[in-house]
Amino acid sequence: MIGRLFRFHGGIKPDAHKDESAGPAIQRAPLPRRLVVPLRQSARASASCLVEVGQTVLKGERIGEPEGFLGTAVHAPTSGTVVDIARHPMAHPSGLDTECVVIEPDGEERWIAHAPFDYHAASREEALAWLRDCGIVGLGGATFPSHVKLGKGAGIETLILNGAECEPWITCDDRLMRERATDILAGATILRELIGARELVVGVEDNKPEAIAAMKAAAAASPHGVKVVAVPALYPAGGEKQLIRVLTGIEIPYGKLGGDYAVQCFNVGTAYAVYRAVAHGEPLISRIVTLTGNVDKAGNWEVLIGTPIQDLLPLARPRADTDRTLLGGPMMGYALPRLDVPIVKGSNCLISASPRLFPPPPPEQPCIRCTECAKACPAELQPFELYWFGRSKNFGKAQEYHLFDCIECGCCSYVCPAHIPLVDYFRFAKSEIWAREREKAAADQARDRFEFRNFRQEREKAEKAAKLAAKAAETRAKLAEGGAGDAPAAAAAGGEPGAEDPKKALIAAALARAKAQKAEVQPQNTDNLSPQTQAEIADIEARRKALAAAADAAPPAAVPTDAEPRP
Amino acid sequence: MIHSPYVRKAVSVQRTMGLVLIALLPGIAAYAWQAGPAILINLVIASLTAVLAEALAMWLRKRPIALAVGDLSAVLTAWLVALSLPAIVPWWLTVSAVLVAILAVKHLYGGLGQNPFNPAMVAYCTMIVAFPALMSQWPALAGGFDAQLGLILGGARELDAVTGATALDALRTGLRAAGATVESVAHGPAFGLFGSRGWEWVAAGYALGGLFLLATGIITWHMPVAFIAALGGTATVFWLIDPAQHASPLFHLASGGAMLAAFFIVTDPVSGATTPRGKLLFAAGVGLIVWLIRSFGAYPDGIAFGVLLMNICVPLLDMKTQPRVFGHRETAGGDQ
Repeated sequence: MIGRLFRFHGGIKPDAHKDESAGPAIQRAPLPRRLVVPLRQSARASASCLVEVGQTVLKGERIGEPEGFLGTAVHAPTSGTVVDIARHPMAHPSGLDTECVVIEPDGEERWIAHAPFDYHAASREEALAWLRDCGIVGLGGATFPSHVKLGKGAGIETLILNGAECEPWITCDDRLMRERATDILAGATILRELIGARELVVGVEDNKPEAIAAMKAAAAASPHGVKVVAVPALYPAGGEKQLIRVLTGIEIPYGKLGGDYAVQCFNVGTAYAVYRAVAHGEPLISRIVTLTGNVDKAGNWEVLIGTPIQDLLPLARPRADTDRTLLGGPMMGYALPRLDVPIVKGSNCLISASPRLFPPPPPEQPCIRCTECAKACPAELQPFELYWFGRSKNFGKAQEYHLFDCIECGCCSYVCPAHIPLVDYFRFAKSEIWAREREKAAADQARDRFEFRNFRQEREKAEKAAKLAAKAAETRAKLAEGGAGDAPAAAAAGGEPGAEDPKKALIAAALARAKAQKAEVQPQNTDNLSPQTQAEIADIEARRKALAAAADAAPPAAVPTDAEPRP
Repeated sequence: MIHSPYVRKAVSVQRTMGLVLIALLPGIAAYAWQAGPAILINLVIASLTAVLAEALAMWLRKRPIALAVGDLSAVLTAWLVALSLPAIVPWWLTVSAVLVAILAVKHLYGGLGQNPFNPAMVAYCTMIVAFPALMSQWPALAGGFDAQLGLILGGARELDAVTGATALDALRTGLRAAGATVESVAHGPAFGLFGSRGWEWVAAGYALGGLFLLATGIITWHMPVAFIAALGGTATVFWLIDPAQHASPLFHLASGGAMLAAFFIVTDPVSGATTPRGKLLFAAGVGLIVWLIRSFGAYPDGIAFGVLLMNICVPLLDMKTQPRVFGHRETAGGDQ
């Protein structure tokens, strides 16, 4: 296959702005004063902390143990001292915080002992565990754990390496492919063997001719038969599902994964990290980050995970009129609310934004249903319909029109002549639906609990009644047996025989039982007390008795009971 | 706070409307050349009325006036109204038509983007029902400017000098005569090479503007193609069956407002269908109704009624023609 390329619907061609940062070679970013390494480095999973404050760590030393199915290990990006373990704000649209290990580098970059991993000699499970323990996650942005994505290791025909990098401005994958193509393919070959894929295809957007040439040269030198395909530059061709569609013609619907369709996709950066982990035994502790935008010296830097963004930005020399910093590309990235947040495994690009480069959107106008958004939507949705539904809070209808198939790529907002922030409406609608579902789930649970409580109370009542009835019957039987001799006397007294007396006896018996119970229960309050308390109680009792005695002796008037004491 | 995307294509509602206005210019030029400059006066009257009405409506609704007037949508509505009306109707009729379009059809429903009906077509229908006589007097070819201006300003309507029957009218009335055939009627002065004499050029102007709209991506091919195919196709079938009683497809397409409708009226995005298949059905429906009204109805042209009838169907059309979503294959068992 891959004789021909397929098209996905829609897509846009924004200004690529790749030249700004694609020229210079990747440089190593200097060690920051402190590294803030979040223990949550993979999607939806955290790691448990393995270090203590004050402990010295080596470069590559494991500081976080993977937790759960989606967990991956976390490592010290350099040698130094753990100075703090606390919650720190993350690079997140609303600045959420997470547990972080703060390391003060000693500047020596002393590596922990590490050795290559012979995955040919190891079992598949061992190999996946190795990747998990090396902290390998998808570097395309989603940080999905690679060992999970490698999955069952059966039924995958095609392994796709994603080098499309369709977002404007970002060039980290471009530079990586130009400079380290052989290593990327070595990593991809490992992934291919682990997943058992028949073929390996690298998709690169055709606006990166140097990267394509480098990858083709490396592929020619590789004995494993790798195909490097130039795909037409059309945002969002780098979206996983879009790239799979372009290269294989397969369409993966919402909620399904590539694995369900015999195809799997990894980012080129991930393949490179896999190569380092397997061939060198190095965990994932750094990544390539593009610094670009309104800067004098745009380029790509190899950055240690945990490097605070504010320490990184000066490397590119942002210009004076920079007013925001975007993390990720301009289509799907977000403006950082604060800059004292660390680079994590999914951080691919920092764009210094200025009003000139990214002017504020013109005022929103009414939708005229021109369907430009529908023409641009790669998910083949009708965004304007979703917009009308979302606006009128008709969320059921929005879901019916496949709201959740929206990948939030931003194409619709980009082309909208009325300047409607369509994606914002969809994010809003999605979060409203999630919130309602959570509420509904909570309400369902509460109702279930309430209903069960009612049921339990009814059941207990019935049981109690049954018990009482049984007991009463028992007592009656007993009385009937024991009171047989008294009956004539009672009859002589003129009462109804066997009716009045057993009833009285029953009441008397119950009273006696209650009394006994009370007597039994009362002392229990002071049971199990410490000797000290018991002594105190004894003391209080003694005083109470003495007082009572005094009160008995003295005339009542002498006892000051009013608020105003008498003279 | 502004969210992604941070970049936007340099487009706007104003640009869209402006391009449609530009696309109307060849047709308007041909109109003025063939039927005299009265149309230009009507366009000015309609535009001024529309802008004032739009501003008034926005003021009453306490909405930003400048943004709404600046988006040119009101001007476009005004132009379409003016081009639909006979160019020599009195000024107050043009003003009334535009007021109906802007105030009643557009703003009573919530303004731009909210109206379920095509404003220009409702205005046309209102006027043809209210003033059938005035609405059927079309200017004669190469009419004098003074005479036309006089009519617009409400002068005495000495009609014979300045008006002429359109080819559609001539055909309709002509065919009622016993023994008349299309061929015998079509030798009259109203007929040109294909359709109405002179108006063929106007139709060509509209078609040229329509191609410009297609090239700029303002409209898609669906609506014009479906409209032309439905009108032309139906006409072809009946013309082949009985050429004596039915006009040729070329006559239908070159006459009346067919080309204006194909590229500028049925393509109104707000009141029309939006899905690709919905657009095809919508425009085809209009084309069919136009042919039916022209052939069997009492009105000279059926475009306005065709559009309004199909406007009613739009919610259903859109709902039933939702396109397949990425990854959701339509297979027999509903299996994905």
